[in-house]
Amino acid sequence: MFYREAGQFKTNYAADMAVFPILQDKIGIAIILALALVVIPLVGNAFFLSVVMIPFLVFALASIGLNLLTGYTGLLSLGTAGFMGVGAFACYKLTTIFPEVNIIVWIFASGLFSAAVGVFFGLPSLRIKGFYLAVATLAAQFFLQWCFIRIPWLYNYNVSGAIEVPTRTLFGIPVTGPNASPEMRYYVVLGLVILLTWIASNLVHGRIGRSWMAVRDMDIAAELMGIKLLPTKLLAFAVSSFYCGVAGALMVFLWYGGAEPEVFSINQSFLILFMVIIGGLGSLIGSFFGAALIYILPIVLRGAPSLVGLDIGAATVEHLTFMIVGALIIVFLIVEPHGLARLWQTGKQKLRVWPFPY
Amino acid sequence: MVRKLSTILATAIVASAFALPAKAQDSIYVPLFTYRTGPFSGSGIPIANGMRDYLTMLNERDGGIGGAKLILEECETGYDTKKGVECYEAVKGKNPVMINPWSTGITLPLIPRAAVDKIPILSMAYGLSASADGETFPWIFNPPNTYWDGLSMIIKYIGEQEGGLDKLKGKKIGYIYLDAGFGREPLPLFDQLARDLGFELKLYPVPADSMQNQSSQWLSVRRDRPDYMVLYGWGALNPTAVKEAAKINYPMEKFISIWWPGDDDMRSAGPGGKGFKTLNWHAVGTDFPALQDIQKLVVDKGLSQAPKNSVGEVLYNRGVYNSMLIAEGIRNAQKLTGKTVVTGEDVRRGLETLNIDEARLKELGLEGFAGPIKLTCTDHNGHRPAFMQQWDGEKWVKISEPIEPMADRVKPLLEAAARDYAEKSTGWPKRTEPCDKQS
Repeated sequence: MFYREAGQFKTNYAADMAVFPILQDKIGIAIILALALVVIPLVGNAFFLSVVMIPFLVFALASIGLNLLTGYTGLLSLGTAGFMGVGAFACYKLTTIFPEVNIIVWIFASGLFSAAVGVFFGLPSLRIKGFYLAVATLAAQFFLQWCFIRIPWLYNYNVSGAIEVPTRTLFGIPVTGPNASPEMRYYVVLGLVILLTWIASNLVHGRIGRSWMAVRDMDIAAELMGIKLLPTKLLAFAVSSFYCGVAGALMVFLWYGGAEPEVFSINQSFLILFMVIIGGLGSLIGSFFGAALIYILPIVLRGAPSLVGLDIGAATVEHLTFMIVGALIIVFLIVEPHGLARLWQTGKQKLRVWPFPY
Repeated sequence: MVRKLSTILATAIVASAFALPAKAQDSIYVPLFTYRTGPFSGSGIPIANGMRDYLTMLNERDGGIGGAKLILEECETGYDTKKGVECYEAVKGKNPVMINPWSTGITLPLIPRAAVDKIPILSMAYGLSASADGETFPWIFNPPNTYWDGLSMIIKYIGEQEGGLDKLKGKKIGYIYLDAGFGREPLPLFDQLARDLGFELKLYPVPADSMQNQSSQWLSVRRDRPDYMVLYGWGALNPTAVKEAAKINYPMEKFISIWWPGDDDMRSAGPGGKGFKTLNWHAVGTDFPALQDIQKLVVDKGLSQAPKNSVGEVLYNRGVYNSMLIAEGIRNAQKLTGKTVVTGEDVRRGLETLNIDEARLKELGLEGFAGPIKLTCTDHNGHRPAFMQQWDGEKWVKISEPIEPMADRVKPLLEAAARDYAEKSTGWPKRTEPCDKQS
């Protein structure tokens, strides 16, 4: 009744192909942005901002990165955490060598380092596909993690083998380090995530995205249509690793504030792969859904018993959370194997014809 | 159904709203970061039980500390940095008097925050060794000894076995360790000792993701045949190492570990583990009034999650020791400030002036449980001696007198590391906290 396109006429191609073709969608995205930019920082407390929102955005960004590679180009990667680690360590090295340069610049620059590493490990993708490529990227994951542990130069010969984030400011206000307020950190992360999501959205809706999808759907056909496979696949690796690298730098600098190489273990790669699969392969909004379901849901479940006044032991809650999240993942995959994004699409379709379904 | 649920919810909210004022008597909030789930729970559960039970016992027996009841809350970290940071943010707002992260990975991101949030961190014999330097790290405490102290004690012990440190010349010592910050930390000292004493050092790193598969490392051990093996492991690494050592018939009495292997580790390693040695700085067993109080007032009453026979195991008692430090820190803070309800800032001062001597240990019902310990503004560690204990197949048996660490070798390393940390983190705050007189 309310969500319908009747009366909204498209008079040119651009309008017809817009990312948000319906007015209601535009209003919806405006409301979400207003919520994220104004309401959440005003209403949310420090816990909500630094434990729920910042990690959620970081994971969403990493999921977008992996989604560009796995969902849009069809190249399965298990090296996500390794690429995130490259971003984090590159940012750490850059900001300790050139402390006077703005940290935001270095966060982007670290993405470039990650992209270069990603391209290198993406080279085999021309020859191998599917599970075999997954194994090749797995090698990247283990090799990179080995580097983080074994090359002391990367962590400045720190005895503990960890990187500690120094205080850096933006317009005189600390954004990293212990003195940075959650609001400031949230705004920086949010700004970067919005910007990069917007860029990703433009990429996948344009020529590059189409060539990625053509390669995903059938690479021989794509090649016959004139798409050069190697540059296309390598570009996908580069862009994907760039996003992961930025996410990794954000993770260590604006969320943890210090990290051991163990943070970038294979488990992290799997976590992000699950987010992509459950959110929906080949969908940007799905990356956000996936990150929300896998990261935020356990936090809500952990907080739920004490909120309603039940006194359950912390370990029991943890076990219950594991079981509930696991069961939910299975349920979602049975109900909608194409992920939450497809569920969202179906919901929108249903809403269009409501209350008179045909 | 929905109505029913919302009624339950409403009642619960109203009930909790009424329940709150009842708690408003004097109380101190002590969060405990524990891990009873995940791959490290084998080590985490006994520690969690020991920590919780000692503090519960204080609540039951004395009504808390100095008239203030302790509110204990466990936060499950699963030994995962993400969840640990989440736990920290969750408890930060509730005025915790101190944080015990129980994971080096969680300790590191919290170190810079401690001074900002005014919450002291007690990382008992783990975490950043350099944080023993109170001048650089006024908010971090890591008594009673560091991993460097531990290594120097092990080498000293080996020297004793051989009849003097000079006899180590030409010997081969193997070092099997978790290839992470914790296991790599002793390396600089180990290298230096190898050079100075003339023994050969063989390294066998075990990556964190293949802790349970050490066959390749032990194959090398078999080839190299080191005279002694030193182990720095945690979680599943320990029982696996002992099992593998037994498999290649490595003489167990020459296999010496830092203080982390527990009873469960040894039991799961099987009969081949007999003779294995570890460092330790506190007693095992329940032959102490305080531990008997725990059994009587906590375990027998069903207030503990610990199985009855696990009380007195080495990691359980380590949890008890940790909680003894927590309790003494709080008590000391009360004494210093004259307040009943102390804050994190007060407890920082309390820990800094901690002085648990023999008499005090006796008062606590822990006479002979552990050596005395004294912290100062500059020394947040104490560098206490530890003794060697040996697994006899069923329990740990103390086999040596306390061994003093080599202070002359550890101290310069510590100071350099602390200076280094402060230099690298630009804008690391200078200490502004005044130093209290010893109480």
